[in-house]
This record gives sequence, C-alpha cells and structure tokens, in this order.
Amino acid sequence: MTLREGAPVADAMMELTETSPCAGLLPLRIGGWALEEVPPGALTLIAPYKGQEQALSAALEAVHGMGFPAPNRSHAAREASLIWFGRAQALLIGPPAAEDLAPLAALTDVSDGWAMVRLEGAGAEDVLARLVPLDLRPQVFEIGHSARTELKHMMASITKVEENAFQIMVFRSLARTLVHDLKRAMEAVAARG
Amino acid sequence: MRICCPLCGARDRREYSYRGAALPLPDLAADVEVWHAHVHLRQNPAGPLEELWQHEMGCGAWLKVTRNTATHEILAVTLAEEACA
Amino acid sequence: MRISGKGLVSGNRTVNFAFNGRHYMGLEGDTLASALLANGVHLLGRSFKYHRPRGILTAGSEEPNALVTIGKGAALEPNIRATQQELFEGLAAQSQNCWPSVERDLMAVNDLAAPFFGAGFYYKTFMWPRGFWEALYEPLIRRAAGLGALSGAANKDPYEKAYAFCDLLVIGSGPAGLMAALTAARAGADVILAEEDSRMGGRLLAEVEEVDGKPAHLWVAEVLAELESLDNVRLMPRTAVTGAYDHGTYSALERVSHHLPPSQSLKTAHRPRECFWRIHAGASVLASGAIERPIAFRNNDRPGIMMAGAVRSYLNRWGVSPGERVTVFGNNDDAHRTARDLLAAGVHVAAVIDSRHDAPDGEGFPVLRGAVVCDSTGRQRLESITIRSVNGEEKIQTDCLAMSGGWNPSLHLTCHLGARPLWRRDLAAFVPRADAVPGMVVAGAANGSFSTHGALTEGAAAAVTALAGLGTSATAAPPPMASDAPYRISPLWAVPGKGRAWLDFQNDVTVKDVTQAAQENFRSVEHMKRYTTLGMATDQGKSSNVAALAVLADATGRSIPETGTTTFRPPFVPTSIAAMGAGAEDQGFAPQRYLTSHQVSQDHGAQDIEVGLWYRASYFARPGETNWRQSCDREVMMVRSAVGVCDVSTLGKIDIQGKDAARLLDLVYSNTFSTLKVGRVRYGLMLREDGFVMDDGTCARLDETHYVMTTTTAAAAQVMAHLEYLTQVVRPEWDVRFASVTDHWAQFSVAGPRARDLINDLVEEDVNAESFPFMGCGAVTVKGVAGRLFRISFSGEHAYEIAVPARYGAALYRLLLERAEALGGGPYGMEALNVLRIEKGFITHAEINGTTTAFDLGMQALVSPKKSCWGKVLSEREGLMEEDRMRLVGLKPIGAVKEISAGAHLFEPDTTVERETDIGYVTSVCFSPTLGHMIGLAMVSAGPERIGETIRLVDHTRGIDALCEVVEPVFYDPEGGRARG
Repeated sequence: MTLREGAPVADAMMELTETSPCAGLLPLRIGGWALEEVPPGALTLIAPYKGQEQALSAALEAVHGMGFPAPNRSHAAREASLIWFGRAQALLIGPPAAEDLAPLAALTDVSDGWAMVRLEGAGAEDVLARLVPLDLRPQVFEIGHSARTELKHMMASITKVEENAFQIMVFRSLARTLVHDLKRAMEAVAARG
Repeated sequence: MRICCPLCGARDRREYSYRGAALPLPDLAADVEVWHAHVHLRQNPAGPLEELWQHEMGCGAWLKVTRNTATHEILAVTLAEEACA
Repeated sequence: MRISGKGLVSGNRTVNFAFNGRHYMGLEGDTLASALLANGVHLLGRSFKYHRPRGILTAGSEEPNALVTIGKGAALEPNIRATQQELFEGLAAQSQNCWPSVERDLMAVNDLAAPFFGAGFYYKTFMWPRGFWEALYEPLIRRAAGLGALSGAANKDPYEKAYAFCDLLVIGSGPAGLMAALTAARAGADVILAEEDSRMGGRLLAEVEEVDGKPAHLWVAEVLAELESLDNVRLMPRTAVTGAYDHGTYSALERVSHHLPPSQSLKTAHRPRECFWRIHAGASVLASGAIERPIAFRNNDRPGIMMAGAVRSYLNRWGVSPGERVTVFGNNDDAHRTARDLLAAGVHVAAVIDSRHDAPDGEGFPVLRGAVVCDSTGRQRLESITIRSVNGEEKIQTDCLAMSGGWNPSLHLTCHLGARPLWRRDLAAFVPRADAVPGMVVAGAANGSFSTHGALTEGAAAAVTALAGLGTSATAAPPPMASDAPYRISPLWAVPGKGRAWLDFQNDVTVKDVTQAAQENFRSVEHMKRYTTLGMATDQGKSSNVAALAVLADATGRSIPETGTTTFRPPFVPTSIAAMGAGAEDQGFAPQRYLTSHQVSQDHGAQDIEVGLWYRASYFARPGETNWRQSCDREVMMVRSAVGVCDVSTLGKIDIQGKDAARLLDLVYSNTFSTLKVGRVRYGLMLREDGFVMDDGTCARLDETHYVMTTTTAAAAQVMAHLEYLTQVVRPEWDVRFASVTDHWAQFSVAGPRARDLINDLVEEDVNAESFPFMGCGAVTVKGVAGRLFRISFSGEHAYEIAVPARYGAALYRLLLERAEALGGGPYGMEALNVLRIEKGFITHAEINGTTTAFDLGMQALVSPKKSCWGKVLSEREGLMEEDRMRLVGLKPIGAVKEISAGAHLFEPDTTVERETDIGYVTSVCFSPTLGHMIGLAMVSAGPERIGETIRLVDHTRGIDALCEVVEPVFYDPEGGRARG
C-alpha cells in the first residue's frame, strides 16, 4: 500500500509516535496465568570501570537508593529496580541513570533494546520449566533472585519479582518469539489440568 | 553436562560455548612459528585439561575450566579474567 | 480369561475397545495386553522376518512381540507396546506386519523359506548385481520385513520438553524405590520418583506377598499416600528415565496422554502426547528392578508362551489367567511361585518343568526335575509342549507355558557413561558396577537383590548413601517385614536340539544365527550383534542379550565375563523423535527477529527473506510487478537516481566505552582506530587468530573514550564473544566496557542523490558537507527525538544511516517512506541492497567466507604495518600472500551466454574442465540494471593480474557454460565521487 495522494500526513509530521516491543501481542490470560508487558521506563546498563566497584555501589546507594547487586540478585526500590545483568554489569530499570555515575561506570542507554514481560500466577515455574534450563524451585530461586540464562534459544534475563511472578526480558526484536513460546508453554501446562 | 559458573552457579551445558585448551598466549608480536604452534599444534590429552569456555547464554564470563576429557569430570572452574590476569 | 474376584482391577468400570476391527470389553486399569488376554485373544502380530504368529511375552516395556498401531491419519503411532498401553474408552488398535490379516498373513511364506534366511543372509545374497540393491532388493525386503509403518504425514499432535530439578531422583517405584523415596522424603530432601508404569508399586502389584503384615499392594498404597502428602515429593508415573548423562543429568520420557481418549475439548487441545524431561538431580537411586529372561528352545515363540513373571502379573494385578491349562518351565525357585499363584486362583497347572535336579517339591502340582521343554506345537496359539528328561520325550497339552530363565538386573542406565557390568555367578546375571554413574546408588533387584526384604532394605540404605553425598543426613527406617526367600538358580540358556530356538523375538534371531556368526568368526559380541542384528530392534535386546552372549560364549569356548556384553546406550525405551524435537517444529525451530519497520514494510508490499534469525524485506512489489527482478531493478535505479530507504538495524551495534576503548579497537581491527577523530567513522577489518578475515564493518567515535562498532548481521554474536574473549582472557587488565545496542537503535539507510534533502527535511540540525562530511557522524534531533546520524554508504551513493531509539522505529520509517516517495524514491530491500553493493565491489560474507585473507580481498592496505593486531602474525604466513592465491575480481559476460551464477567454477578458456584446472569460483552475482547486464564477484587465482583476460565459467548444477571478462571488482563509479560528493 502506498500513501494516498493528498492524504494528511500531519500526525506523523508533528511527532514520532512510540511503539512498545510487545504492542499487539499482549496481554494474554491462559489457565491461571497472566502474561503482560511491563513498560520499562528507562533501562540503563551500568558497567563499573576497573577498581570503581565500591565507589559505584556507594554512589548508586546515594542516588538511586540501591547498591550494586550481587550476582544473581536484584534490588527493588520505589519506581526503580536494579538487577544484576551479567558479568560486571547491572541494569537500572525505571529512572534514567544519574549522570554522577558516569565517571565510575560505563552507562549505556538500552531503554529500547529489550522486551520485558511479567508472567504471574501460581505455578509460573512450571510454565518456565518448559523453556528455561534453570532451577526455579521456590526454595532455590527466591524473590529477588535474578539470572541470565536462555529461554528456548534466546538470551534472557529472568527475575523473580514476587511470589508466583517473574519478570522476563529478551532482546526487543525477539518479542514475538518470546510471546509465542510462553503462550505455547502456558497452553501445554494448562491443558494438563 | 553441567558447569558451575563462579558467578551464576551450576548451569546446563547448553548455556556455554567451548573454545579449546587454555594455553598461555604468545606475545602479539611473537614469531610466526610461535603463533603457528599456538594455534595449530595442540595436544589432545586424555585426562585433566584446562579449557576455555564462555558462559555465552548466561553472564558472558569467560571461564577457565579444568575438565577430565576422559570422564568429563569438572575439577575446577575460575573466571578467566582472574586466571589470566 | 478373567478370574472373578482376582486382581487389582477387579470391580472397576468396563471400557470398550477394538482390536483389528473387532469390539471387546475390558476394565479400567487394564493394559491393552491384559484386556486382550481377558478376552482370549492371544495372537497379536507377526514377527519381523519370518512373519511367525506372535502373542504377548511380557507385561512391561521390554515387550518384543506385542506391538500394535494406534491412532488414525497423521497422528497414527506404530510400535506401541500393548503391554504398556492403557485401555481407554474407544481405543482402536491394529496388528502390524501382516497382510491381509494377522490370522491369514500371506508373507508367512517367509517362515517356510527360513533355511535361507540365516544370519548374514542379506549381506551374502543381495550383493549383485550392484544396481539391484536400491531398485529391487531393498524395497522388497523393506515391504516384507519390518514393524509398524508411519503415516507419512506430518504429525500435528503436541509434544513438549521440560526441565526438572531435585535433590534425589528415584528411578522405579518397586519396594526398593518406594523405600528410597520415603527415606529421602522424610529427611526433607526434594525427591522425584519416576515410574514408567501407570501405577506405582513395581512387582509388589504383581506378586502374592505380604509387606508389613498386609497385602503388598496395600502397603504400596500407604506409602504412596504419605509421599503424595509431602510438598517435597513429586511423583511421576508413566515416566521412563531413558538416559543417564554427566553431572547428574537424566533424560526421561513421560507418556502424558497416551492413556486418554483423543482430545475433544479446546482446553485439552494443547495437551501433549509425551513430554521429554531433562532432570538435574543431586543424586539418584536406581531401583529399576529386573527383567526376566526367556529360555531358548525349539518353537519357543508361539502365542501362549510367556514369561513366568508376566503370567503372575496378569493373574495378580489384572485378574487374568493367560491359559486354562498352564505349564511352567524354569531353572529357578521363583518360577514355582507361578504355579502356586495359579493353583490358588483355581487355574489348572499341568506341570512344572524344572531343569534342576534339586528343584523343590511342588505344592499341589507335579514337578518334573531335571527336565526341559524341547519343542512346542500350535500355529496361532500354543497347543502342546514336548518335555525331554532322562525318561525320554513326552508331549503334554497346554495352552500357556510360563517360562523363566532367571532375572537380569535392569542395569542399563549404569552403563550409559561407559561403565561395564560385572558377572555374578551365583545369580547367573550381570550386576552393576559400584560408582558406574557418579552420584547414582543402585538398589534392589537392579542390584541383584531379588528378595522383597532385600529390596526394601537396600532401597532405604541407598537413599541414605545418596543423600550423604549431598551433605544431607537421613536415617534408614527399619524395613517392614517381608519375604526374604533365597534366589536359587542353575543357568539354562538354550535347550539343545534341532530347529529354530528364538533368542531375540523382535528381530527374529535364533540360537543357530548366533552359533553361525561364531563359526563365521564374528566372535566379538559387538560383531555378533551387528551380524545377526540381535538386540538391535526397538526393545534393544532387553530380553535376549544375556542369553545370546551366553550362547556365543559357549560357541567360542569362552566364559561369559570374557565374552562381555554389548554396550547399553540411551534411550532405555524407544523415544519418539516428536518428543525429542518437541518445540522445534514450525516457528519453534529458531527464534525470529523482527524489525520495527516490519509491519510498515508489509503494508508496502514487502516479501520477507530470512537473514540469520532476522526477517527482512527482500523487495517491495508494486502493483504491476510480476516478479522480484522487476521490483529489484526499479529499487536499484530509484536509489541511483533519487533516494531509497532501507532498514539496516540488523547490523550488530556494540557500544564501547572506557579509557582503553581505543586500544581495544587497535587490537581487534587490523587498521588503526586510536587516530580516528571524534565525530568520524572508519571502515575496519577484523582478523581471526589464524590470520583470515573474520568480519568487517564501520566504527564511529562518539567521544574520546566512546565508540560504537558496527558488525555484519551474520557475525554480530561472534564478534561480541570475540570482544569478550579479548578483554577477559587476552587483556583482562584493560579498562573497557561494552554492550550490545543492536536492538536499542532502529537504523535506516537513506541513500541516493536526494538523500541529504530527505535528511534535512527531518532533522533539526543543518546537514551539509561541513557538518556531516563523508564518513562523519554526530547527534541529531529527529522530530524532537534524540538520534544519531552517520554519513556512510554501502551503495556507492551519497548516503546516511539515521538512528533513533527503537520505540520510534516504526514511526520514523513510515515518515522516511512518505518523504522519500515525495522525492521520487521509496523503500528498497535486500535484493536491491545486494545489487548496489556488488556494483560497487563491496564485500559481504559471500567473500569473507573463512578462506580469504585481507590480501585476497585486495585489502592488504587495511592491515596496518605500524602496529600489531589480533591475527596479524599468522596473516603474514608463508603462502597467505602469494600472487597466485585466489583473489577478488569482477566478472562480466562477453560470450553468447549472458549468465553468471554464484558458486560456478572458473577455468582458462582452452583447458579441460576438471578439478586440477580449476582456477577460481564465483562468490556473488546479480543483474545490474545500472549497466544492463549481469555482473559478478569472484575469487580467481592471480585474479588482479588477469584483468582484461577471458575466463570460462562452468556451472554443472545449473547447466551454464559462459565466457567472461575478468574486470576490476568495482563496476560503478570507481572514483567514488557519488558517495563523497
């Protein structure tokens, strides 16, 4: 389809409209589970420079109210969370990172780089067990735990945010596959009754 | 097969990718023969071997894994950045 | 024949089912096998090779004979073991390997030709003429021999895969497994109890026994009730553990819905047929029991000849007697229980034939000591057996013979990591080696402890030992009271005599085949196996292996331990490909990456093409365009004459920061990046460790310590891992950080003479030759959004790449297309992009194909002589910079044939076309609408020296034989004025 002659292009000329990674794909309700997109706000990758780990953690504490998370852990504060995001990096979710942090760490804006969804419902672990080679037993993977792992063949970040609720992130371009895979897993587990 | 990443804990083999034996690196400007030997002339021991693996689908860390190639027993795992620094 | 009041299914609801089109009734809890026996159906199928009538041999997953086909259409499933298939309302099963019916099978003629069908028959007979194998012999043999057939259609039934984790995995739920699970569960460990049967309890469901002073099955029910009440226990019935792997990893196959009628409702439409589990266990207890083995004697394969333990299973669990006048044949005390149980149930026992001279007395039934069964009669059901003893031979009428050659511990999983089992003379059986699988403790019959008391005791102790390995202490409860009868056996493998005595029922392998293999010097057990095909059927020789190697040992004059066993490999039970590949069908095969522009492109007539995991627009079909070439040609001319827009977000983008960022780039690129000015972009080449080219791309300097690197779409992940390697392993002391920002930025190429007009229309800054010179970059504001602009060109035209955060990607792309169309341009796809770059002689991974060096690609100047870089030393190796190496050139057709094809090989015009005279190959081709003919890029020996020469192109696959002129690889605007201007 090409643009109709003389059609108004005013909307597009004014502003660039935003599209979220899972637009048109979510929410979903299957069995006892809800899958919905999490509007991320800003996402900033924070990677401490050599020898700055402690100073950075102190600065994070001062500015965002949360220290640098230990491996496989996350912190949550009001309107913000800070999750461990792999070797020597953490992801600040919510507010933009304070510029004061720049001398201490490489700050990379990845706000638009990730699709972020929340899977919630009793036995959400059983759904993820179809896709993720991770030990998610409640006594092992507790609230606040966060892991970099794979979901099917996608690099993923999985955080247990509440009892029976997981935050799942994959690269933005993979949003459709993420929803497809989660939907299939939810359907299969739900069908067992 | 499972490897215990020093950062992430025990994880399934499918999260890792394999590079090969962890050998001392020649100087960047070393003689061509030295580099040739490093890249192409490798032992293939049956027994303990230090290897490089990357936790590619996990935290991204490169690991130095000591693995018995005959039994697959993992004897030690360290972060490569610490082992090679 | 159902025995009223007997069995654990007694009083259950009736279930209707059909077998070979006839309707029957069974009971809930029946297997197909027990229900058929209850209905007096004994003939279930025809054998693999000789089409012998076959019945039911066993009552478990080891069943070699009773294989049936269930289901219809695409979901049809062959080779289902009737002994495992649970009955459900409306089940319809069919016999296999027979035509027109199981009773009157025309291929039974094979049985008469048996003398010709010995071991190695195919190898010896169908050797010549050579061409007959594929055309005639193989199709004939395949039609005559075999098991069930697949439908040939894609099966759309859902299957799934899943992961599970536990402290202790208990495999098997007989007395040993239940005690192990109970002991571990009470100690607080996380336990998975996996049982391949639909009902837990193992042999305790099949024997008349007391445990803890009550009938065994009631004790089982009590234990299961306790286990079910505990949060730390997961019971997995219908789940066969199929493999043991390294570091506590196990595979298991769960039959999720084979026992249920096909799904009728939407809710259950997604219910999987099977689930393939990968279980990670801290430790495991193998309590898989034992499998009873047959005795080989002439015609021991008739329907009605069954394992003694199976006869007891049918009687005690399902309340079915497989015969009315039963005989028992064995070499151990266990066999006598069969006669006892049958007698107690009111079934006539004609005789117990025991090969031992010291066999115990019968309890109300005659025992023939020192006697053997040496033959049988009855075409479709056993009619009589012949008994041989010191008194000579005697024929007795019987419709069911229960045989027992002893028990083989089910030790298969202990061999999966390479361990070999040990021979125990007193048991005449192999037992597992301790520590065969790290973290696995074997208990009960699987460990050679055949009494119930022994199994209960060992099961509890095994859990304690296994948990101790995990640092968890548990206490073994005193085992409940149970039988501790000794297991007395005297080996008997094959009854001597003429005729065919079966060892492997499923592959139709007889004693004679094994002795013949030995005579023909296939003396190694592994050779014998392959020569005779013994143990190579779907039952993997569970019933036949040990007896066969005993026969082989005898034939070769060696002991059984000397002869050894074949190798047990996963899976323990046949596993459907659908289960192992679950989730990988259709869209699940690989993740799909979509661009922010995808929908807008679709609206503009885009056809998708897969580029790695990405789905990109191949070309944009306009009304009236009937093939891709028309669209592609138009798009190329549009870019050359006006402006085109293409989504290039798939290129890998890596954000690099830190004080050592420049040093890292100087290490990873062959050319220098530390000298790059802020606000400028440079093209760079990366080498592999061995000196060959790894990837190419541009890298922009945004700030003193901040770069953004672009990789090719194909190598993005590889380059990322390479950078991690260099910074963690090679130069861990450097202070540099990087992150993938590929998905964060939506980036569009805007190319063509009107590109600058278009850009200036959208960004707030004034984009001109000074602010954005060729290879310049900088921040811009795009309709109020902070973006980036790079003046780079992959088309040879004046071009930009404009980037905004991905949330604005769709909107910006829509806007770009509108503006481009207003300027006489529009979108262009991958096909046009490829033509544009070939016209310019730009390389991609068709040229960076792993065998080419910078020198080969004419880029030696990009390997800086002033500094070292990764791969440089080996790139200068002898032989990698010889003049006559295959090097990049262009090709254009000059003969009558105007075609060039990628992958075609190149020759001197006057030589013969053969491997020795091959001087190169074509890497990329296209029709150039700009030049009006086809053009190509090629790697040609001493290519640059051949410029102007004629070369012959031969493509046998596509039937092309053309003459080409070797030209410079840059076909269009070699001075580059269009891009720079």
